Amino acid sequence: MRYLVNSVWESRDCYDIAVIGAGHAGCEAALAAARLGFRTIMFTVSVESVALMPCNPNIGGSSKGHLVREIDALGGEMGKVIDRTFIQSKMLNRSKGPAVHSLRAQADKAHYSRTMRQVLENQENLEIRQTEVVDILTETDEVTKRKRVVGVKILSGGIYRVQAVILCTGTYLRSRCVYGEVCNNTGPNGLQSANYLTDSLKQLGIRMYRFKTGTPARIDKRSVDFTKMEEQLGDERIVPFSFTTDPEEIQIDQVSCWLTYTNEKTHEIIRANLDRSPLFSGMIEGTGPRYCPSIEDKVVRFAEKDRHQVFIEPEGIETNEMYIGGMSSSLPEDVQYDMYRTVPGLENVKIVRSAYAIEYDCIDARQLKPSLEFREIEGLFSGGQFNGSSGYEEAAAQGLIAGINAARKIQGKEEIVLDRSQAYIGVLIDDLVTKESHEPYRMMTSRAEYRLLLRQDNADQRLTEIGYKIGLISQERYDRLLLKQELIKKEVDRISNVNIGTGEQVQILLKQYRSTLLASGTTLAELIKRPELSYEILAPLDLERPGFPLHIAEEIKEQVNIYVKYEGYIKRQEKQVEHFKKLENKKIPSDINYDEVKSLRMEALQKLKQYRPVSIGQASRISGVSPADISVLLVYLSGMSAKER
Amino acid sequence: MYLTDTIAAISTAVSPSGIGIVRMTGKEAVEIADKVYKGKNNKKLSTQKSHTIHYGYIADGEDMIDEVLIMLMRGPHTFSGEDTVEINCHGGVYIVKRVLEVLIRYGARPAEPGEFTKRAFLNGRLDLSQAEAVSDMISSQNEYALKSSIGQLKGNIKQKINDMRNAIIHHTAFIETALDDPEHINIDGYGEKLRSAVEKLLEEIGTLLSTCDNGRIIKEGIRTVIIGKPNVGKSSLLNVLLGEDRAIVTDIAGTTRDVLEEHINLQGVSLNIMDTAGIRDTDDTVEKIGVEKARNHAKSADLIIYVADASSVLDEDDRDILRMIQGKQAIILLNKSDLDKIVTKEEIKRQYLLLNTVDNSEEYIPIIEISAKKKEGITELEKTLKEMFYEGKISFNDEIYITNIRHKSALNHAFESLKKVRESIDANMPEDFYSIDLMDAYEELGNITGETIGEDLVNEIFSKFCMGK
Repeated sequence: MRYLVNSVWESRDCYDIAVIGAGHAGCEAALAAARLGFRTIMFTVSVESVALMPCNPNIGGSSKGHLVREIDALGGEMGKVIDRTFIQSKMLNRSKGPAVHSLRAQADKAHYSRTMRQVLENQENLEIRQTEVVDILTETDEVTKRKRVVGVKILSGGIYRVQAVILCTGTYLRSRCVYGEVCNNTGPNGLQSANYLTDSLKQLGIRMYRFKTGTPARIDKRSVDFTKMEEQLGDERIVPFSFTTDPEEIQIDQVSCWLTYTNEKTHEIIRANLDRSPLFSGMIEGTGPRYCPSIEDKVVRFAEKDRHQVFIEPEGIETNEMYIGGMSSSLPEDVQYDMYRTVPGLENVKIVRSAYAIEYDCIDARQLKPSLEFREIEGLFSGGQFNGSSGYEEAAAQGLIAGINAARKIQGKEEIVLDRSQAYIGVLIDDLVTKESHEPYRMMTSRAEYRLLLRQDNADQRLTEIGYKIGLISQERYDRLLLKQELIKKEVDRISNVNIGTGEQVQILLKQYRSTLLASGTTLAELIKRPELSYEILAPLDLERPGFPLHIAEEIKEQVNIYVKYEGYIKRQEKQVEHFKKLENKKIPSDINYDEVKSLRMEALQKLKQYRPVSIGQASRISGVSPADISVLLVYLSGMSAKER
Repeated sequence: MYLTDTIAAISTAVSPSGIGIVRMTGKEAVEIADKVYKGKNNKKLSTQKSHTIHYGYIADGEDMIDEVLIMLMRGPHTFSGEDTVEINCHGGVYIVKRVLEVLIRYGARPAEPGEFTKRAFLNGRLDLSQAEAVSDMISSQNEYALKSSIGQLKGNIKQKINDMRNAIIHHTAFIETALDDPEHINIDGYGEKLRSAVEKLLEEIGTLLSTCDNGRIIKEGIRTVIIGKPNVGKSSLLNVLLGEDRAIVTDIAGTTRDVLEEHINLQGVSLNIMDTAGIRDTDDTVEKIGVEKARNHAKSADLIIYVADASSVLDEDDRDILRMIQGKQAIILLNKSDLDKIVTKEEIKRQYLLLNTVDNSEEYIPIIEISAKKKEGITELEKTLKEMFYEGKISFNDEIYITNIRHKSALNHAFESLKKVRESIDANMPEDFYSIDLMDAYEELGNITGETIGEDLVNEIFSKFCMGK
């Protein structure tokens, strides 16, 4: 669409940072920027859609729960808001190792959105403005010849001059919602799309992709027969997302989810109507995610499966709408009715909103530095689905980092980059800015090489000090962390030296837990390593166990148990991290001239020139750069530094 | 791709020469040497002064390998700038190789091509002007090593390793999918299923490891190509060489229909011998491909055995072959010496020299009259081969030994990782712990076939398993 407004006017007020978009990335970005002291303005096409959850009604889940914990540990908002607005909570994988324990909460969508909006509205230095941004304004520096952001232009021609802009447009850029033969040029949920910005970005030389995702129908609770479904309850003891939330305050009455299944009949209907799907007719051009297939995708690709799970999840307390997890689709509405009504419990289902696929513009994130600033345009940052990711949590994590780094850019401070050994956020961003991707990127625990170290339970120990130094964590919270860490360390040292004999009391306890009896004495730490035992279970044998301050006692016990139990594995990963860090810490100067590096293979030369990695470590992860190329690069770099000397 | 671990390599040519040197450099060089070196005076190497030479033994546990002189040089005043140990042992392919292997078993890593020089440079031991030369060397040698490393792998072994990798990634992907989507997929009790898969993998790797010692994992030996016009007796020659009194080490699967490959050991000299399609100018498409292959094999061969028919006049095709062997190590056999002799030794030598286009080309070329049919002249051929080998005219490709050791070290690491998986299953650890070591094993096996991990796991998860949402 062409932009046709001719008038131009200057904003009446002054701002430092503009955030475009008020989704999960935009919220974290704006809050971080404002909290670090910058006058921040946040643009959204609809104030009602602040922190909207247009797809699944939950926060967290495998590896995504980790991200929320990390956002919280750094001083972000998502964890706090979901703790106030969840209606069911579960710790997934509780029977597995601590690295894959993952918190997931069902959200009351409207409540979540409203609560986040209140936080934004009451945040000092932050203003919300409902309008569409149509242009990113830049200048080219006379000396360095580099582009620099100077402001944005809104739909009416208004100019806002700022020093940094953070793009968080999510799925709204030139978006189209499609089901059957219906194609609406809107954002999710029928919301207005943003149609002008893409051209402006392309003019700045930014490479764009077109991605696709989808969502299932929302249905009326009164039309569902729950007696034909299995009830899915929340955990008895609820664990909060935020390290600042007191667990006692969130032990609420929970709402259930329901499990049912598709069957051969469902699949038959889908197969019979495949030709009416816009995906198969070619109406949709965008690339969809393999991990979140529509039900028609599942039926085609996994033809041998005779049923697929379907989760019926509430969208909130004050609504009858429910979400049909596992059955996203872009089939025509009449087919949607037919296929949903084959599922046990949904025989008479009434659809409130149809399922649809959505297509949108996003970028090839390899144009970004790991700080999430565009390499070629100073002061322009981006986060969230715009960067080619998917998921609320992935978006929020990037928004937070983009917000922090935009602020630090203006402060003249060094950018914050978390590496793959520090956080899932580090893995997420490194993957996005380094690896080629043709589908929306979703976080998974298997993407984290050092996941045993990147647990959701120790996010605070990994990141809160960084958050404190950035300025997003209070002194009080930091002191609490220091105390906790000190007590953990002391306790681990202590139990490594507590000797356990072969006395009767010991053997009785071991017998009780079906653990092999002791033939000779050992230490408490050694006993804890046994899978069937734990720090807690062995308390009766540990006569000198100290008391801990009540508010952190549970956390300390958990940490001591995990550390001692998995010490061998943890130490092995720590050793791998050491190797990893060596390459990561070998920085490549940003002005390196790759043409001068002799003996690089042509493919490596092209990739390095295009993606300009910041470290040898990052360079080694670019596809097409071989170990020999890395050696050549190392030799060149050390030659360079020798010359300088 | 590590910067500071300890590396080791054979730094003399791998040949049956008098002395062989194995060099090791890096932070743990002295520590590793202490584990394998037994000094005559029972003094540990780590207690000795830098830049001194000592006399003793290299042993693998109780097993003495060789009597050696060992040189201790502590960094930074060494070639590489790091602690360096040089072991001078009695030459001989077997001994030198075992010394290197034992160093690797105790913690050293087989050096990449050019890595000693690279370290020297990175530690500031080489002049800046040499940087470019170092870079060139690294990239060219790496390319060569990678190609030869995969190329030397026998066809069936590559397949075996790929099968094992596929099994590993499939199990890992299933575990990971379940962890990512616990409400859709349940993996409680998966350990038992995995155990039998791991047991099978351990057994397979164990078998491969045991064949490693015989050099069977790779095509090891002097690459020898038999060429000649059609029907001059090439195949009969091969059959004679393979006769009952010869040791056939192995027959090699994966050879092409038109190039037969055999492994022969002639009086201690190991030959990888290839019989090729007869060379002649032809219009037949299929035959043309065979001829082209024969030419390519001849180009990359360590030794060419050219079989000519003594009973018929040399023609243009023969001259073509004589051109082909210029500048190469070659033996000319005049076969069918039992029939009426038309071509003499002198005649073929004259033709050979006439066609000489290569400067400094060896004027001497062994020419032997044989009769493959009557098995005459074979002893002389063997004698000639042996002489050429011991005079160093033809030699093993050093890279082959290094490759074998690298492959072995990767197999060993994969074996250890899989053992750890088994331990985790035995200890009843949660399933997510299995993935760590499974992926390590996957990566190690990939080092053999030259494949990296990249997005393999994620791709496997998405393509094989149905994720929820």
